[in-house]
Amino acid sequence: MPQRTPLFDAHVAAGGKIVDFAGWELPIHYGSQLKEHETVRSDAGVFDVSHMTVVDVTGPQATAFLQTLLANDVARLGFEGKALYSGMLNADGGVIDDLIVYRTAWDYRVVVNAATRDKDLAWINQQAAAFDVTVAERPELAMLAIQGPNAIAKVKAARPDLAALIDGLKVFQGLPFASSQGDWFVARTGYTGEDGLEIMLPGSDATVFWNALLAAGVAPTGLGARDTLRLEAGMNLYGHEMDDGVSPLSAGMGWTIAWAPEARNFIGRSVIEAEKAAGPAYKQVGLVLEGKGVLRAGQTVITSAGEGEITSGTFSPSLKLSIAMARVPVAASELVDVDIRGKHEPARIVKMPFVRNGQKVFE
Amino acid sequence: MSHVPAELKYVDTHEWLRQEDDGTITLGITDHAQELLGDIVFVELPAVGTQLAANDTAGVVESVKAASDVYAPIAGEVVEINEALVASPELANSVPYGDAWFFRVRPVDADALAGTLDAAAYLELIGA
Repeated sequence: MPQRTPLFDAHVAAGGKIVDFAGWELPIHYGSQLKEHETVRSDAGVFDVSHMTVVDVTGPQATAFLQTLLANDVARLGFEGKALYSGMLNADGGVIDDLIVYRTAWDYRVVVNAATRDKDLAWINQQAAAFDVTVAERPELAMLAIQGPNAIAKVKAARPDLAALIDGLKVFQGLPFASSQGDWFVARTGYTGEDGLEIMLPGSDATVFWNALLAAGVAPTGLGARDTLRLEAGMNLYGHEMDDGVSPLSAGMGWTIAWAPEARNFIGRSVIEAEKAAGPAYKQVGLVLEGKGVLRAGQTVITSAGEGEITSGTFSPSLKLSIAMARVPVAASELVDVDIRGKHEPARIVKMPFVRNGQKVFE
Repeated sequence: MSHVPAELKYVDTHEWLRQEDDGTITLGITDHAQELLGDIVFVELPAVGTQLAANDTAGVVESVKAASDVYAPIAGEVVEINEALVASPELANSVPYGDAWFFRVRPVDADALAGTLDAAAYLELIGA
């Protein structure tokens, strides 16, 4: 039985085409994925991401626990309100999930993926047993991502009482709204390559807030556009770019690993440290198709140094050409071929992201 | 609610067919098909002169979310393809029965449309 977010009826009312997404009934689009994508690049769109899993971590050993659990180091969170992107690795150095962790007044808030919820919570609780910490899922919270160059202004128009809090947030910071005990939590984060906010709030408040956003001119935007936007932004999607069997070093996540201090023995460290020393076999790259068709996950990439694989591919609505993320041999040179239904179509390796703040980024 | 013009024929792979006065048959994808695919961004058509057998893969239509084969429901020679559709694949979303025809075939069999569905049968197939 699929689950519904508190906004299910609002999606149907807005014309959302509902699909099953990781066991949740969510809108893939509200008419046109391309239009919704374009609206986020040029104006403001809102995504219901209430299916994502919010976990609060508290207790005297919360920091020590997360320094063991995560490949990035929460000691980098120098003050309350700062956020950090990290992988959570298994003992073999594979990626259990990627997540965002916020330093909060009650210690930490962690947001993980919906599709990996069960295994994440099992793993987190298993590791937490050795620490004096409390791990509390917050399933009663909904979450909306409002993204685009006009997103912040429109949120402030919809909720003037949030304006002062929002004005104090720099990119990758998040804070609870006054006196809400963390039930309302406003973060300047996102998954689109545009400026914007991710706002957690009680599910019982979600429809009123959603309607206020729509009234302020924010467009309902489906998960289809969320995927093309994140791909243009060069952001990983769990289950595509990485999974339990993929090293973060081969998934473009090397920058998220805090190697110093050497004494911090996070789970998976010894394996990926050895891999780093030996030199990883694969690297993550961006691809731009120069031949015909559309790049798709699973297609084989033929490079000068052997074969690789596309992990996510799409037609880029912003660039009007096909782009992809791929895992290829480290020594692969710039020009490659992609096997599209048996035909070898030329493509080029480029530095990601493809699009940031509405503009083409790569050469 | 999908549009299904009464004067056309259909097949269960969601292509429409139209008998032309010169004996050729024009094909495209149905309104229902384009709704399922979503925003169409790429169309690949067979070369003019290609001899298609029935149920051959004749082309590809790709939307933002997925690729889908276009089948040849009847055997014949491709006599014309719609270059305007290749240049503007989004036509298949906006005018699936008009400017977004895919290709024209000269059928091997004079009775090529015999096994196809009429509008009522296709409507029933798609549950419209």
